[in-house]
Amino acid sequence: MIEVDHLTKSYGEKIAVNDISFTVGRGEILGFLGPNGAGKTTTMRILTGYLPATRGSARIAGFDVFEQSLEVRSRIGYLPETPPLYPDMSVRAYLEFVARIKGVSGADVEKRAERAMEMANLQDRRTDLIKRLSRGYKQRVGIAQAIVHNPDVVILDEPTVGLDPKQIIEVRNLIKGLAGEHTIILSTHILPEASQTCDRVVIINRGRIAAVDTPENLTTQLKGAERVQIEVRGEEDALRDALELTEVTKVDVAPMDGSDHLKAIIESESGTDIRGKLAAAVVGKGLELLELKSINLSLEDIFLQLTTEEAGAAHEAAAAQAQG
Amino acid sequence: MKGMIAIYRREMGSYFVSPIAYVVVGLFLLICGWFFFRILTFMVQQSVTAQMRSMQFGAPPAMDVPGLVLSNFFGVVSTIILFLLPMLTMGIYAEERKRGTMELLMTSPLTEFQIVFGKFLAALSLFLVMLAPTLIYQMIMASYAEPAIPWRVVWSGYLGLVLLGSVLVALGAFISSLTESQIIAGVVTFAVFLLLWVLDVGSRDSSSTWSDIVQYLSILHHYDDFSRGVIDTANVIFYVTLAGLSVFLTQRSLDSMRWRRA
Repeated sequence: MIEVDHLTKSYGEKIAVNDISFTVGRGEILGFLGPNGAGKTTTMRILTGYLPATRGSARIAGFDVFEQSLEVRSRIGYLPETPPLYPDMSVRAYLEFVARIKGVSGADVEKRAERAMEMANLQDRRTDLIKRLSRGYKQRVGIAQAIVHNPDVVILDEPTVGLDPKQIIEVRNLIKGLAGEHTIILSTHILPEASQTCDRVVIINRGRIAAVDTPENLTTQLKGAERVQIEVRGEEDALRDALELTEVTKVDVAPMDGSDHLKAIIESESGTDIRGKLAAAVVGKGLELLELKSINLSLEDIFLQLTTEEAGAAHEAAAAQAQG
Repeated sequence: MKGMIAIYRREMGSYFVSPIAYVVVGLFLLICGWFFFRILTFMVQQSVTAQMRSMQFGAPPAMDVPGLVLSNFFGVVSTIILFLLPMLTMGIYAEERKRGTMELLMTSPLTEFQIVFGKFLAALSLFLVMLAPTLIYQMIMASYAEPAIPWRVVWSGYLGLVLLGSVLVALGAFISSLTESQIIAGVVTFAVFLLLWVLDVGSRDSSSTWSDIVQYLSILHHYDDFSRGVIDTANVIFYVTLAGLSVFLTQRSLDSMRWRRA
């Protein structure tokens, strides 16, 4: 349904989106995950025909988003980060207006607006002015506006931002309800949201794709290893020798800033506990073991790992997470 | 076409739920009414004086009071709209950009022309709504006028006002499309219109090649003929071209948003 091919967008010197490619199948929910400023919104704006790409192409339902922009635009519904609402209009008048500009035929306008209100649970607010609605209701009107013309593709930019937990659950259920019939791309910087709503997740950072997979795979793939962090005083070579244990799959040694201590993160196969063995081995080599602890990788750590460029920084952050 | 109608309808609806249209229309009618009254009483007084003088000296023919009232009135109205229209046009795009609804319009299957022309027609319609009640003044004057009111001047004057209004509306809308701030749009539009007015006033008395050029470019200067009952195609074309150019520039300005928006 959506094919993105080597898409690049730069603003002068600054590259907002750098050579990204991915595809989304019909009826799929794709999560766009990344820190603020990663290029999520820019990518979405290119897909919706709001911005032209610098290089590369994107096709929606077989139409090029730039060359056949009007065709594409009539097939997508888009909720920008701030819902594009006219505060002085009633919910119904607004949805009918959107239906009209999206090209819904005159006879169907009322029906489609009614249906969108039903889906977004807005029936009891249909004559209320939008400016009198609460934040959660405004967000729902925003979503209703994105689906009012029954588009093939629905693009939602941070649909749950600023909502309270109850509203978040409602909006998530609404989005899940849309899948199947519609192809959905939604962006978020909140991991649980991606793992709970999406079939597939694209992790994007600094304009590049860091990973594409199902949330389950991403979790197991990175949770597959047990990780232990140690802090040691002594020679690096000796430490590396000490860590030559059968269970160890990966070792990462780095000197610590502002001291002669070494820090190592040791990964081993899942289900093993090598802490005792590790301590013995380190001490056996005559090194001073200052600290030893296991790190539990959460989804947040995966995210941080994938989205932080320097490995050292990632470890720091992961360690901070583990401590905090 | 359907998209343009939808834009037009929403725009008209928004004018009449916000206080700004009522304030501007009300203010306009108040000022126009006052000026019409002052011009009328002044002209009547003048004609009475002239009549008394002609009785004494048996000299010139009676004054054409309705004709003089009309040309003065149209002159005043053309200046008033110069100062009131920025209030109507300042929000046309600035407000949409600020609210983020511009993103909705630009990701809808609408061409830039449909958006721009729909909005232009809506603002022009509001201007017509504002202008229409002043016809009542002419009807009142017509029922008492002696000699009869020159309807040709009335119609050419109103045609001129509509043409001048469409230029001002299109120009104001263009300026509004350049910024996200209504206030900035309003102030800049006001400044531009003020400059047009000053150019006109300044170039009226002097006579050099420069002042001729400035006078030709002055949009108020082209209105003079209309207010005297002369419909010159050159003036009509001047206004239509200027309005068309502004609409086109607005279209380009919208298009450029796609390229510069960060």
